[in-house]
Amino acid sequence: MKLNRRLFIGSSVVAAASLSAPMVLGATGKPRVVIIGGGAGGATAARYIAKGSKGAIDVTLIEPTRTYYTCFFSNLYIGGFRDFSSIGHTYGKLAADYGINVVHDWAVGVDRDAKSVTLAGGGKLAYDRLIISPGIDFKEGAVEGWDLSSQNKMPHAYKAGSQTQLLKAQVDAMPAGGTFAMVAPPNPFRCPPGPYERVSMVAHQLKENNPTAKILIVDPKPKFSKQGLFEEGWNNHYAGMIERVGPDFGGDNVSVNPDEMTVTIDGEVNKVDVCNVIPAMKAGKIADIAGVTNDKGWAPVNAADMSSKMDANIHVLGDASQQGDMPKSGFSANSQAKVCANAVRGALTGSKVFPAKFANTCWSLINEDDGIKVGASYEATAEKIKKIEGFVSKTGENAETRKATYEESIGWYNGISADMFG
Amino acid sequence: MTRIFTLLALMTFMPWFAFANEVERGEKVFKKCRSCHQVGAKAKIKNGPPLNGLFGRVAGTYENAKYSDAMQSAGADGLTWTQENLDKFLTKPRSFVAHTSMSFSGLKKLQDRADVIAYLLTFNIDLGMLAAKDDPAVNAEILAMVGDVEYGEYLGSSCVTCHQIDGTDQGLPSITGWPNAAFVTVMHAYKNKHRDNPVMQQHAGALSNEEIAALAAYFERVH
Repeated sequence: MKLNRRLFIGSSVVAAASLSAPMVLGATGKPRVVIIGGGAGGATAARYIAKGSKGAIDVTLIEPTRTYYTCFFSNLYIGGFRDFSSIGHTYGKLAADYGINVVHDWAVGVDRDAKSVTLAGGGKLAYDRLIISPGIDFKEGAVEGWDLSSQNKMPHAYKAGSQTQLLKAQVDAMPAGGTFAMVAPPNPFRCPPGPYERVSMVAHQLKENNPTAKILIVDPKPKFSKQGLFEEGWNNHYAGMIERVGPDFGGDNVSVNPDEMTVTIDGEVNKVDVCNVIPAMKAGKIADIAGVTNDKGWAPVNAADMSSKMDANIHVLGDASQQGDMPKSGFSANSQAKVCANAVRGALTGSKVFPAKFANTCWSLINEDDGIKVGASYEATAEKIKKIEGFVSKTGENAETRKATYEESIGWYNGISADMFG
Repeated sequence: MTRIFTLLALMTFMPWFAFANEVERGEKVFKKCRSCHQVGAKAKIKNGPPLNGLFGRVAGTYENAKYSDAMQSAGADGLTWTQENLDKFLTKPRSFVAHTSMSFSGLKKLQDRADVIAYLLTFNIDLGMLAAKDDPAVNAEILAMVGDVEYGEYLGSSCVTCHQIDGTDQGLPSITGWPNAAFVTVMHAYKNKHRDNPVMQQHAGALSNEEIAALAAYFERVH
């Protein structure tokens, strides 16, 4: 194995100590958990396993980026409500305060028989339990005319980072009276209200800076999350600006041409100025490589502990998992991570395992101080994660309630950030 | 140790109105402290530091207050003011922190200490705000449940997705260090939909009485 500094920056003393035995990192005699992906699922799982086991488990977190930008609240950056830096987080505390080996590299292989993960840098990490929390990748050929090589012309901005900055820059540079198009994804996809919150935030920007601009949503789905609430808000704040073409009118028959900046709906060519293509999704590629995905592209899991239905030593969290009723959201991934962490600790150290309980809330912002939310509690059954009870904001709520809902979402953002990154 | 457990037991079994009585008595007991310590919105540094937000504070760290070397080293060694630590300190200050500059000899009576701690708690969390919600009384049997702290920690991991574990208010109320009875009363007010936030109604609605007791027991111990 080639050791290099890149691989080990951010690693704790434990990792440094293991340099003398590089083939098996963390060769300390302790049970080893390797976690792929440092987002809401992976970072939370790493922190809870390390915190709960008090050093009895060797925890390694593999995450390629040094600064992780959260998808949640990235739309608020597009809308001008957040600085980009405010959605960026680093892994210093997880390494320093919790003794987690943070490895900034890509996981490129999983050997389930040998129970090891291969890194792009050439290293191998042995595990007793592997947690895969890679988020999503896009299905190839999902939108005719678009592939990843088009992402600079027609950004997806559905993994936060430079894509988000690019999309915002494109919106800000739109010509007066220009058109912003969004090709919305089919179900199931990450963050069900996300595309529609994004439309709200783009509309907010355009109303202030480019009020004659138009927004065109091309949507393959007949319905979408919090639809009544979003449509009411769009009428109230952005009347006449937003048009949505659903499947009845060809929203499911779309192609794009990134070089010409055109969107073709049911044969009709539309010239646009910005085109946000959010293609159909599947589990992050490493889940596929590990062989824990099904023919739909997602990783089926057991609800009680988020373990893969294909390998008892692998757990899959968050967007990549096919678990039942929970939406694919950062909140869901964080909730699933805690159930998984509790079960993994129990399996490896004999600590007490409590029953699985899950919760989710998704807040969205429609306009300044106009926040809405949807949420539910869930339980584990033999078949799936099953919804118990839920709620959703109501249309016609007063401004005070909507403002309180937005402020609550800021509290949540600060809470989940601390819960993920320490 | 017995004394501490008695105090904890008192707090645990105490119904909400009993806590209010303690606060009222505690305000009187606090007269003994007032020449050196102020508390409340206009509290200033006197001979001793102000006592707003005391629980959770590392000893000897109130900005610009005067401290003995002994108190500062106690803080540097990890002494944080919790209800249990304050009970020990108030019993006999110079036994708990030798060479503290606090000349007060201590509160011998357990009830006095419990009362003054209850009073100071009202300046850590906004109990006035809690009382103003007029939450329905929870029956004594439910209030008397002794929660499983370990289970509470597991369940509480769901609360800290939004509320800060360090007790700071970063947009949502602090939920740490609450007296058990207050925590249980508020959670039941959400569970029975007396309080109207739907997120909290959903969370509380999914919890059994035992689980609420477990959460209360855990968060009471987090400072």
